[in-house]
Amino acid sequence: MINKNPQLDENGILQHLLTTEGLPASLLLRILDTAESFVGVTERDVKKIPLLRGKSIFNLFFEPSTRTRTTFEIAAKRLSADVINLNIAVSAQSKGERLLDTVNNLSAMNADMFVVRHSQSGAAHLIANHVRSDIHVINAGDGSHAHPTQALLDMFTIRHYKKDFRNLSVAIIGDILHSRVARSQIHALSTLGVPEVRVIAPKTLLPKMVERLGVHVYHDMAKGLKNIDVLMMLRLQNERMQGANLPSPEEYFKYYGLTPEKLSLARRNAIVMHPGPMNRGVEIDSSVADGKQSVILPQVTFGIAVRMAVMSILAGN
Amino acid sequence: MQLPDAEVLYKDLEKKIRVDCDKDTALIGIHTGGAWLAERLHHALEITQPLGTLDVSFYRDDFDKVGLHSEVKRSAIPFEVEGARIILVDDVLNTGRTVRAAINELFDYGRPARISLAALVDRGGRELPIAAKYTGIELILPADKMLVLKRANSGKLSLVLHEKNMPE
Repeated sequence: MINKNPQLDENGILQHLLTTEGLPASLLLRILDTAESFVGVTERDVKKIPLLRGKSIFNLFFEPSTRTRTTFEIAAKRLSADVINLNIAVSAQSKGERLLDTVNNLSAMNADMFVVRHSQSGAAHLIANHVRSDIHVINAGDGSHAHPTQALLDMFTIRHYKKDFRNLSVAIIGDILHSRVARSQIHALSTLGVPEVRVIAPKTLLPKMVERLGVHVYHDMAKGLKNIDVLMMLRLQNERMQGANLPSPEEYFKYYGLTPEKLSLARRNAIVMHPGPMNRGVEIDSSVADGKQSVILPQVTFGIAVRMAVMSILAGN
Repeated sequence: MQLPDAEVLYKDLEKKIRVDCDKDTALIGIHTGGAWLAERLHHALEITQPLGTLDVSFYRDDFDKVGLHSEVKRSAIPFEVEGARIILVDDVLNTGRTVRAAINELFDYGRPARISLAALVDRGGRELPIAAKYTGIELILPADKMLVLKRANSGKLSLVLHEKNMPE
């Protein structure tokens, strides 16, 4: 039988990181606290520690990604693990090999951990349910389902700049419908006690009954950005612009693109985040992306420490 | 079992270290107990180099057995380790494995000119060739007991004996 939440074992110990949904606040905070110590390591001259020496981590990327794969690779290398990058989109799968056969083969090469990116929702769950109990799986993004390490690095960034989650108003802006990042962010924000989470998007880019996740829905930036402390922008994927969801990138920018004028409607010290890669002039204006309220590059730096934390906690469990 | 007064031991340790201190001496405390001691020594001995702290969780040799410590603190070495003369401070010296981890971590910051070790209590039981230059006291304790340094809100230090539930 497939275990619906294979992330935690019967004692509540983290075995895999597949989604932020259903993880207790104590565990999320432990990951953030551990990452805090890794930030110290990444600021040293020698950025490497011996924790995962002798461990093999396989980056299984069934969907192209440069940034996420690179940050996982750097994180693993800084922990002294051996990293094997497999760009499966162009190898075994194109020869018709079944997903779980690929995983079996790599397990037979004594893998200790899989980092999985796949265009199908649930792929990382499937692998986690399939592998030996001593192998750990990290979901690096599955379809439009979840991207937990991105959400965790976002939480780390918010805590870094805003200190406390319990008095914040956060807005997630853009293509909520197709975004695994948004889903993971919403679960993490509500678990960590953020009292006000808003989503701002046109109707065509919102999932049905999104209110059930505990968020407040806005279609108008002017109303939605009022009193906001944290703006989490989402990437508008090029392929979405072709379909019926949107009239044109220019039209989208006019209503939802983050310009200095729109940003001025939020709190004066609000921070602007983006998971990257950015479409300048579509979801965000260059002057905002490079402006003094932007924390987009610190997000990338913190992402390495957060992934080091997740990998070392999993490998030790 | 009657444990010695940690405050008396601290005074003695301070006196022993004072003789060797000069303007180049740097202090590093190992979290958590060693960091408390180092903080106090740093003030009392008027050390000019900024105080360093180490959390050796990322360098421990029992990671495969016990996993990552649940509360890892951030190491902070705010001075140039290259060429420094460092006194490493810990509360209880036992197997020597914590000190081994601390030395390894220090070398990832640079090559110190010298590292010496200060411990409030040396309880023997060494599993590695490590010795303290400065100790408050040498104590023989049952191997199944864990000696822990506590700090009250007032800052007062005391020693407590616990049942051992974690491998060293």
